Amino acid sequence: MTVALAAACLWSCSAAQDKQAPRRITYWEKWTGFEGEAMDAVVDDFNAKEVAHAKVDPNYAPIEVEKVTVSNVEQKLLIAIAGGNPPDLAGNYSFYVAAYADGGALTDLGPMLQKAGFDRSAYIEHYMKLGEYRGKTWAVPIVPASIALLTNKRLFKEAGLDPEKPPTTIEELDDFAQKLTKWEVTLPNGEKKIESGYLPDVPASQKRLLQAGFLPGEPGWWSYGWGYFFGGSLVDGPDKITAADPANLRAYDWVASYSKNLGIDVIKRFRSGFGNFASPQNAFLSGKVAMVLQGVWMHNFIEKYAPGLQWAAAPFPYPAGHPELAFTTNADADVLVIPKDSPHPEEAFEFMKYVSTQPVLEKLCLGQQKFTPLKAVSDHFWSVHPNPYIRLFRELGMSKNAFSIPQTGIWNEYNREMGNAVDLIQNMTQTPEVALTDVQTKMQAALDRNRRILARRDPK
Amino acid sequence: MSSLDSINRRNGLLFCLPWLIGLTVFLLYPLVAAFYYSLCDYSVLLPPVFIGLDNYTDLMKDPLFWKSLWNTTYYATGSVLLGLVVSLTLALLLNTKVKAIGLYRTIFFLPSLMPVVAGSILWLWMYNGQSGIINTGLHHIGITGPAWLADPAWAKTAIVLMAVWGAGNAMVIYLAGLQDVPTHLYEAAIIDGAGFWKRLIHVTIPMISPVIYFNVVLSIIGGFQAFTQAFIMTGSTGAPERSTLFYVLNLYNVGFQDLRMGYASAMAWVLFIVILILTFAATRLSQRWVTYDR
Repeated sequence: MTVALAAACLWSCSAAQDKQAPRRITYWEKWTGFEGEAMDAVVDDFNAKEVAHAKVDPNYAPIEVEKVTVSNVEQKLLIAIAGGNPPDLAGNYSFYVAAYADGGALTDLGPMLQKAGFDRSAYIEHYMKLGEYRGKTWAVPIVPASIALLTNKRLFKEAGLDPEKPPTTIEELDDFAQKLTKWEVTLPNGEKKIESGYLPDVPASQKRLLQAGFLPGEPGWWSYGWGYFFGGSLVDGPDKITAADPANLRAYDWVASYSKNLGIDVIKRFRSGFGNFASPQNAFLSGKVAMVLQGVWMHNFIEKYAPGLQWAAAPFPYPAGHPELAFTTNADADVLVIPKDSPHPEEAFEFMKYVSTQPVLEKLCLGQQKFTPLKAVSDHFWSVHPNPYIRLFRELGMSKNAFSIPQTGIWNEYNREMGNAVDLIQNMTQTPEVALTDVQTKMQAALDRNRRILARRDPK
Repeated sequence: MSSLDSINRRNGLLFCLPWLIGLTVFLLYPLVAAFYYSLCDYSVLLPPVFIGLDNYTDLMKDPLFWKSLWNTTYYATGSVLLGLVVSLTLALLLNTKVKAIGLYRTIFFLPSLMPVVAGSILWLWMYNGQSGIINTGLHHIGITGPAWLADPAWAKTAIVLMAVWGAGNAMVIYLAGLQDVPTHLYEAAIIDGAGFWKRLIHVTIPMISPVIYFNVVLSIIGGFQAFTQAFIMTGSTGAPERSTLFYVLNLYNVGFQDLRMGYASAMAWVLFIVILILTFAATRLSQRWVTYDR
């Protein structure tokens, strides 16, 4: 018995010596929940594949990816890089690529991609470009997203609208929104009744908003970008800010029209009654707002918090007479980056390469209930995808009118400035022209300053 | 020097060492480093580039710098005055001889034990324009309350009012000061026919004036460093319409979001100097009215 044990140990110990020690790399991931689990599955597959490889080839040292979930990854990653202790690989949002690259926080993936024979034309052009900045490739897209107009079909029916016909023009959206607005009106005799429309003649003290057709501020996640839906843009190339573009002014006049029609205080009071986004009290899920601009992920929240909700998705409407602006959407993506001074850039790149293959991307994007950034899509992907509107969202992502957060190193600052301008416009404290001209002046100065800083750092 | 002296000196230094190291590493070095960085472009990730006083001249031209300085001054003034009145009043009330006074003291002190983040989230609910307890209460007495944190005209005031929540700390210090006032002074005042107000103004306040001075200086310093409440309740943009963009919040945005650590260091130094001047002014003023009965 003892001899047998000793022999067994001897055999296994010597076998262990033959094997190469695994090459461990750390991967920082931002998602928790089901999105995180989808990435867990990909990491497990990769690690298993590496172990299998090592079994066949004893001289091969398998790569072992350790996934660490990190909240506020966009900030913690910078601090880790600055502190000289970055992870080998990290997931990030595409809109931080420019600021990170300007700050010198990323590894240029170009040489490695070239060596690996990476085919950028396999990707939907728009998403691929998100990782490219100042002529270099800093990030590879893995999970893309797009946004559309979501409508509540039950409320459409109640308002006498055809639930299968979402608005196609902004004018139609405004008309539907008015019809979908419901109030509780207190009559002089104290009696209460429900009325729809905007009721400009009823004083605020005698009416209470029960349901809004549409609110530009709900959820307001893309309020910097309303201009794009009207043919505007926030930047023109890397060196010019165009916040006060005439199309942007038209867009924010439209945003302000909702404050005018419903009343600023009415909207504020109404909105403060909304619950958290990820809860059944969400304004759209609870039927308080009939139409919202939302992303491909909303399907999952509907399933989770309002499983019975009858909803539809359609491209966000375009201004009447401008069909060339149809299919405008925000299209950003989750990306993989290799931080500057990553301890194991080559191993990290191996994992990146693995994730970027079609079957793995499809598994990941299916798990996260989004579409894939690749042009080719398998039939299986379409047939098992739970979101009934997934093809629409992908089509939006491929549209020539897809826009992203501008690739500029001053985006955080620009975003705050736009947020404040939208605040001023929605409160009707300032006209869009005044507010956006102010943003343009300030951000042009900030961009010039950023260029000066970059020039001082690298006089070449 | 005898050998005992040198042993004493060595031991003395050894005992001071932890503090000396702490002071140098965690206070002096950051202070000096921040000053150097304030003269540079510094993104944290790349070596700093020296640019002289550019950050300071840019700061003087930055409307957000002035806006956030004004917001913070408003908050500090409001919270210092309100804090002084509320905590002193509470301390006076809790300095009476009634049954179960210990219980009352505990109750009024409790809120200041709550972490600022938790307190802020609680107040966020209380300030809710539609269903918050404050507006519900106001509604019962026939007042339609504002949307508080969503209303640029009220958001700053709302955060000032919230400062009362933390009055417990100052209250305890006042209470200790009040209990230190010699009873014979009150007895003499009563014999001279002084009523409550006369005793308060001529005995109590002069006797606790060093404590008032201490609390005021501390709350000025705390007021100018306000950050958490606004960050939690109205977000890092200082919404609505930047009415709650406090100085340190602005500094945080510039330093940690925009990675302009040099500019943020310049802001930190300006704040340091502002607080230094105010503390110095308070100290000079105090020489006129603070009584030290020692």
